[in-house]
Amino acid sequence: MRSRSAARFHRQGLLSPECELFEQAGRAAVLPLAEIFGTNRTRFPNPDRSSDRGTSLRNPCIVSGASLMSSSRKYASATQMAARQRTISVAEFFAKNRHLLGFDSPYRAVLTTVKEAVDNALDACEEAGILPEVSLEITELDNGSVSVIVQDNGPGIVEAQVGRIFGKLLYGSRFHRLSQSRGQQGIGIAAACLYSQLTTGKPMHIRTRVRRGTAWDMFVSIDTARNKPEVRKKHEVEWQVAHGTRIETEMEGQYRVGAHSVLRYLRLTALANPHVTLKLTAPDGGVSEFRRSLRNVPPVPEEIEPHPHGVELGRLILMLKHTQYKSLGSFLQNEFSRVGGVTAKRIIARAGRGLTSRSNPRRVARKQAGRLHRAIIDTKISAPATSCVVPIGEERIVASLRREVTAALYHAVSRTPTVYNGNPFCVEVGLAYGRADAMTPERSDAAAATEDTIRLNDAEPVTLLRFANRVPLLFQQSACVMTRAVVDTHWKSYGLTQSKGALPLGPLVIFLHVASVWVPFTSESKEAVADYDELRRELSLALRECGRHLRAHIAKHARLAEEEKRRSHIETFLPHIAAALTQILGLDPGQNQQIVSSLDEALIRARSASRR
Amino acid sequence: MKKRTPPRDQPPSALRVIESAARNIIEALKRGELPTFDVPSRSLSNVRYDPKIGYFEIAAKTKRRTLRAHTAKGFAQTLRMMALSKELIDSGDFATKREAYYVSKNWGDCRFQEQTESDTVLDDLEALASKSRVFREQLGFVPEQHGGSVVGHLSVSEPDPETGRVLSVDCSQLGSGAYTVPRSVEHLELKSDARFVLAIETGGMFQRLHAHRFWRRERCILVELAGVPSRATRRFLRRLSEQGLPVYCFVDCDPYGIANIYRTLKVGSGNSAHVNRFLAVPGARFLGVTPQDISDYGLEDATHPLEQADVKRAEDALKNDPFFSANPAWQRAIEQMLSMGVRAEQQSLAKWGLNYVIEEYLPKKLAEPSSFLP
Repeated sequence: MRSRSAARFHRQGLLSPECELFEQAGRAAVLPLAEIFGTNRTRFPNPDRSSDRGTSLRNPCIVSGASLMSSSRKYASATQMAARQRTISVAEFFAKNRHLLGFDSPYRAVLTTVKEAVDNALDACEEAGILPEVSLEITELDNGSVSVIVQDNGPGIVEAQVGRIFGKLLYGSRFHRLSQSRGQQGIGIAAACLYSQLTTGKPMHIRTRVRRGTAWDMFVSIDTARNKPEVRKKHEVEWQVAHGTRIETEMEGQYRVGAHSVLRYLRLTALANPHVTLKLTAPDGGVSEFRRSLRNVPPVPEEIEPHPHGVELGRLILMLKHTQYKSLGSFLQNEFSRVGGVTAKRIIARAGRGLTSRSNPRRVARKQAGRLHRAIIDTKISAPATSCVVPIGEERIVASLRREVTAALYHAVSRTPTVYNGNPFCVEVGLAYGRADAMTPERSDAAAATEDTIRLNDAEPVTLLRFANRVPLLFQQSACVMTRAVVDTHWKSYGLTQSKGALPLGPLVIFLHVASVWVPFTSESKEAVADYDELRRELSLALRECGRHLRAHIAKHARLAEEEKRRSHIETFLPHIAAALTQILGLDPGQNQQIVSSLDEALIRARSASRR
Repeated sequence: MKKRTPPRDQPPSALRVIESAARNIIEALKRGELPTFDVPSRSLSNVRYDPKIGYFEIAAKTKRRTLRAHTAKGFAQTLRMMALSKELIDSGDFATKREAYYVSKNWGDCRFQEQTESDTVLDDLEALASKSRVFREQLGFVPEQHGGSVVGHLSVSEPDPETGRVLSVDCSQLGSGAYTVPRSVEHLELKSDARFVLAIETGGMFQRLHAHRFWRRERCILVELAGVPSRATRRFLRRLSEQGLPVYCFVDCDPYGIANIYRTLKVGSGNSAHVNRFLAVPGARFLGVTPQDISDYGLEDATHPLEQADVKRAEDALKNDPFFSANPAWQRAIEQMLSMGVRAEQQSLAKWGLNYVIEEYLPKKLAEPSSFLP
């Protein structure tokens, strides 16, 4: 079941025409751009918005044209324009638009490279059932560029695949599968390779070994014009690891500390992935290590067929065209989840004239496909199995927060998985509340030593820690549905101060996690999650549940503070009362203490009586 | 504090009030109960006017102050204040409200931050003591303001606080000066053969009558009120009144002179209802200037129009003041003033000559005391 759908996509030739490679090693595949667009439609949620990102992703081939460019007012003829129009390769396109992938500034380039490498390493380790251990080394070179080394203990990469994985954009194992994983479309690490190549001219240095295999060492670069890998100096080496991959790349970059730093990314990755161990050697030689607190790999999420309600018309047409099934009935039943014989019949009946269970899917006309799509949407189909979504879990979130933030209250809520657009997803929210200075610090020395710790502050907005499929999101906080859900929550009723349309203020860290087989990011650089009603509603419900715990905690705290104040009030003023009484009545000042204690007793008795 | 001989008339009841409050607390504690004070409510809703009694008095409503965690500070401050009072009484000394406030600065956590806080505690203490017919001066707390000037057929005696020798002042032997009513008048011994007391609003009129020895001619006592009379002046007049002397008021014919000066003198004010029983002079009568006098003495062209505030004050007196409501004569007089729309000052009589007031106005008025307004 697991690899069926992906493998099928290959066999059926759902691959880009420009790609003629036969994929023998696993499920890696090159993706046609149209398909990327189709699936990542959230970037064009409505026609108005398509303008703000440019239409460049819409077509696999981007056509550049001349316009009113001549200052001499001599306009170009169609023929002249045609002479200038030519195909741009994907690699060339990304070379020019590197900000789309998160390479827009030197320090972000370093962070994105680290992020892609670590995400890939963790995905590979978990799929292979290995407890991930990733070590990174970042050095600043004399020529102003930065060298990034990332080494994992993953299953390694089959030698023949190395070039395509690192040296070909849109080549990956994830895109054709519906399963909860970090990587989704196979752009990331190749983009890092491309960026290095563009800024320093140097290829990426890869060393890898699969279990019981030989260690290979090679240098990979990208032929940008053809989007093809170039592998050089490939040779076997001695390597003292049983299996794993090490990449080394040199790029124009900057290493930074702070909120958007590599260190923060690793810290948060460790927070959402308590089973991994991460180690960073910074340019200044400082070593930060985040050790695992959990010794078992999280369950590997199940892969599922797409749910009919999550399929766009274009994708449906594509699937119809390339299916191996000979009848519409079996196509519906086998290519989708949750469609049995009865549902398939209902859909086909609803689609109307000209379509029967025995129609050949490849012969379904465009108009008929439209009706079929409509029929799918109108037919009630049970929600997809949600077992394919693996949450982190309430206990683990609390344990992780406890390790990272010193607070007075920890609470986490994992919602039951549910569905948006046919995609199962699950929302988790955790919180850590309370001023740290009121507690005894019990944190690891490594965390205390670095300045990049999460602090709780009374007068500042709460800190949001956003995660999508266990990957921390560091940028575009305000564009993210998770932020919106927090802002829309009525925190005043939970005891925090909040201005309208703003994050609440208070010593609070909110952990937000969206796990899904397909996380709707707002852009390729995967920094913010798009605003789907279902997502926002689930987030709101989880936030409210956490909020109720927060309110109870704050109320209890206020009560204790009141009690404390009461006590100190009594202790301060009873002696004065006693002193005045002895003075007025001319009593022996030695009786003072006795009067104080009888006053105190009377107060305590009256209080316990009123409580009853 | 320097030890002084207690003044002769200091009633021991002041001490009893304080000591019994303290003892109540100790006894409540012995019974295992929370200590309480019952303080008469000082809100205006708790003020009554009974014409038979003749002054505004505080009604039965009391507020019970119970010791709680959040009232502990106020409790401690009240008791500290009582202890200070006892100390003042024991030593025969006194303290003004301001001084009491500064004394509290020595009380550590009990100290007052603002004088308004200590004033409130003092007022409560005063209200508490007033139930036992003890008033603030007897507790040792004297007003900031001294009393007015006094001349005429009166002799005032008191013991010298240091030597104990009795000192007497004959108020007819003061030349052009006058005797000043002290802040506390309880210990004074007053002797008089006067026929009446004339309480005068302004210093100018007082000076004129004094300079021309009006008091000798009419065998009376002149008291300068200087606006709304101070506590000391009121208490002094009350004591004179208690000796059987009629008290006549000679003030401006305007809503302030009638509804504030005279009303306060006679029946007290709502805000100090808890002490009116010591300060009010229910027997006082209003000699003038009355609205009727304006036409009777041809003062129409010596008047000023009533201002908005005057009209408001007059209407307020008619509508809300139980004293005026209870006196139809006063209602008529105020309505007459409102319909005339003018006010007349005491000095307007000078229109007929500076000494017209001595030669004509007062003798004419005094010939017929029954015509005075109540």
